[in-house]
Amino acid sequence: MENNNALYVALSLVLNLDATLYQIVILSLQVSLLAVLVAAVIGFPLGAAVALWRFPGRGGAIIALNAMMGLPPVVAGLTVYILLSRAGPLGEWGLLFTPSAMVIAQVVLVLPILAALSRQKVDELLGEYQEQFISLNMSRSRMMPTLLWDARFALLTILLAGFGRASAEVGAVMMVGGNIEGVTRVMTTAIVLETSKGDLPLALGLGIVLLTLVMLVNAGAYVVGELTKRRMG
Amino acid sequence: MTSLNVPMMDAALIAPLPSLHFDDVAFSHQGELLLGPCSFTLGGVGPTLVMGPNGAGKSLMLRLAHGLISPTQGSVSWSCGERPRQAMVFQQPVLLRRSALANLTHALAVNNTPRKARMPLAREALARFGLAARADTPARVLSGGEQQRLALARAWALSPSVLFLDEPTSALDPAATKAVEAAVQEFHQRGTRIVMTTHDLHQARRLAGDVLFLSGGKVREHTSAESFFNGPASKEAQAFMAGELIE
Repeated sequence: MENNNALYVALSLVLNLDATLYQIVILSLQVSLLAVLVAAVIGFPLGAAVALWRFPGRGGAIIALNAMMGLPPVVAGLTVYILLSRAGPLGEWGLLFTPSAMVIAQVVLVLPILAALSRQKVDELLGEYQEQFISLNMSRSRMMPTLLWDARFALLTILLAGFGRASAEVGAVMMVGGNIEGVTRVMTTAIVLETSKGDLPLALGLGIVLLTLVMLVNAGAYVVGELTKRRMG
Repeated sequence: MTSLNVPMMDAALIAPLPSLHFDDVAFSHQGELLLGPCSFTLGGVGPTLVMGPNGAGKSLMLRLAHGLISPTQGSVSWSCGERPRQAMVFQQPVLLRRSALANLTHALAVNNTPRKARMPLAREALARFGLAARADTPARVLSGGEQQRLALARAWALSPSVLFLDEPTSALDPAATKAVEAAVQEFHQRGTRIVMTTHDLHQARRLAGDVLFLSGGKVREHTSAESFFNGPASKEAQAFMAGELIE
């Protein structure tokens, strides 16, 4: 009975645009979107480069990238925490317990996903295009933008996967953000806190928003995939 | 196919075609000799049709000539010294996941064609190969025949001195085959050296100026089309013409 009541309050929080709830949602989106953007700018060219160039240790690099996709968030959080803590190498930046620290932690988590999956896709395309590229006398660095553009729909799906990972993650942002109300409190950390406090309506309301977001992201990925199939053959 | 705007001329009168020299060329993979050693010169006006049964090494020879792969022995060289401008049309056209027009402008951009010249050149090439109405269609949803014409249009836009074609019609119906053969003639009349593989005797008869016959990774015969079709000298080519299975 109490749970049903909590669900009712949660829905009214969501539908009445509750200020606390939406401030948390907005911050979550800002942090995750920025993290995914930064990770994409670094990760996509990195993935394409690993696909294109042959260098010593390439096999090891691919294995490492693939393994890093499963990096436990708390380990990523711990690493970033050590780097950014007062005594750490980047302590002078004073970033610990700020949204910037959360962005960095999420970049660490998402970058391997974007790089590893884009490498696979670019590698696949390169296999198909290689003879034509050599015939056109293209250098490897000239091939990179062509391949990334031709992989654009796959990259968008990969981007959405990265966003899903970033927005649903709790361990790393909790450690480096500190879950400070109004400053670094995001959806996942707020849900953990409110649940432990017994304030189920806010936790549930945030859960509903988070779930909706994840559904939208997946629907987006599906639609993009279908459109690609239909339009590009 | 749109009609020709250039006057019909013998290719040799426009500009001397760069001739291709294979000097003791061989290609092995994992210790197995797949082609050669062979030496020959493609010097006439062509078009040169490379013929032979499946597995004779026709495609391999074309890839060596075009520089897609390097010979494991010997050397491939051109009469003009440097590598002439060249293009290749594959059995399965390799088209980018973009519009037909964008496939051409991409090739022109890679070719360092000035930005302003790309669009008119691309549109002209599309129109020449009957694809003007398909300019904005994604290349990969075109029909097989249209895709091969697009690959030819891309080669045309690049104005190569040499055009290699690897069994360009083997997956096409007769109408599409006819369009490709007409395109090959246009390239020839424009003064492009044509080197094309086929295992279709009728097609070779229609197009060939000279014939390079391969079987079992060896060049068995290189002669004018006339003498080849009147009666090839090598027993392998005789057997091939007679429709026998040869190794």
